[in-house]
Amino acid sequence: MTNLQRDALIDPLFNNNPIALQVLGICSALAVTTKMSTAFVMTLAVIFVILASNTAVSLIRNYIPSSIRIIVQLTIIASLVIITDQVLKAFVYDISKQLSVFVGLIITNCIVMGRAEAYAMQNPPGLSAIDGIGNGFGYGIILMAVAFFRELFGSGKLFGLTVLTPVNEGGWYVTNGLMVLAPAAFFLIGCFIWAIRGWKPEQNEEDFSVGTLFEPGHEGNLR
Amino acid sequence: MLEHYLSLATKAIFVENMALAFFLGMCSFLACSKKVETAIGLGAAVTFVLVVTTPLNALLYHKLLKEGALGETINIEFLTFLTLIGTIAAMVQIVEMTLDRYFPVLYNTLGIFLPLIAVNCAILGASLFVAERDYTVAEGAVFGIGSGIGWTLAIVALAAVREKLRYSNVPKPLRGLGATFIVVGLMSIGFMAFSGIQL
Repeated sequence: MTNLQRDALIDPLFNNNPIALQVLGICSALAVTTKMSTAFVMTLAVIFVILASNTAVSLIRNYIPSSIRIIVQLTIIASLVIITDQVLKAFVYDISKQLSVFVGLIITNCIVMGRAEAYAMQNPPGLSAIDGIGNGFGYGIILMAVAFFRELFGSGKLFGLTVLTPVNEGGWYVTNGLMVLAPAAFFLIGCFIWAIRGWKPEQNEEDFSVGTLFEPGHEGNLR
Repeated sequence: MLEHYLSLATKAIFVENMALAFFLGMCSFLACSKKVETAIGLGAAVTFVLVVTTPLNALLYHKLLKEGALGETINIEFLTFLTLIGTIAAMVQIVEMTLDRYFPVLYNTLGIFLPLIAVNCAILGASLFVAERDYTVAEGAVFGIGSGIGWTLAIVALAAVREKLRYSNVPKPLRGLGATFIVVGLMSIGFMAFSGIQL
């Protein structure tokens, strides 16, 4: 494996995470994370779609006129999502019902479009496929982490198996109702971004604000 | 009858707010909410496209895609995604060209946001909800308007908060995106106060 390939695979995990740094594909990341099982199926679906779409777009990249490239990419992605949806309906019908419209929304998942546009249009199929897998995993890591906390603290379960026995089932754990509601997803992703950026300070946003004036080393901003 | 539509609109604006309850259209919601003016422009564009595409997609779904719509033995429901996104992409293009030709002022205000809208999840999401909940064309139109207004409300409110947030001393790694997420979470809690409202 060459350096280029390794970078394409590893970089999106933490250094250039699609959710935490590029702010892509947030919609579905928040909505499907109340349970580990839905988050896991969603991750697999997105990895498949992004891998196949990156490869397909990259294969025909020299034949797509640039004026209609968006619609060509959309058609490719939509076809792949239809395949995914049909497979999910056939094999894991319950989860497919829980995911409801969010399988369809993979079409407009900005990660898939973004990688097709930014990477697959310029790079050969092999590299694009690796980049697709890397970004799929980068998305999956955040998704699974958020789902882990929401399911564990929200209902005391992991993958539907009881870990902390809730009070109403005769156990000791008082479930945190906020965790299964919408706002918890925002807080958790906010905290993950905080953690990743605390660990890798080069990702910090240097937005000018009055706050920076009062910190040591930023006296230059006063000018 | 009117009450039914009014209740549907209220539900779409407040109770099931596209951005804060269903997380739809998040990418542009976070990226274009640094200034109130941009937020209003994008909100108007999204509402406009929603008003056009949602009833149209509802019509297509009922007359063409739904099981049994073309005849007893024909079921092309699996083409739903492709058709809906095709309509949206085409409508965005048409709206863009029409505005350019007849309303140049509006076009210049919305101009840069219009192409972005084709891949805004809120637009496709509204159409998919129409298909999933089996709304009629009229219900689809009301739902589209309601969702658009709700989304606009949310993004303008967020932009206003973020403008103020620039003057506060946020921990460094949290600055920008992280703080925005926390703010959106708090707003989402606020909007939960509307849940359970029935008109």
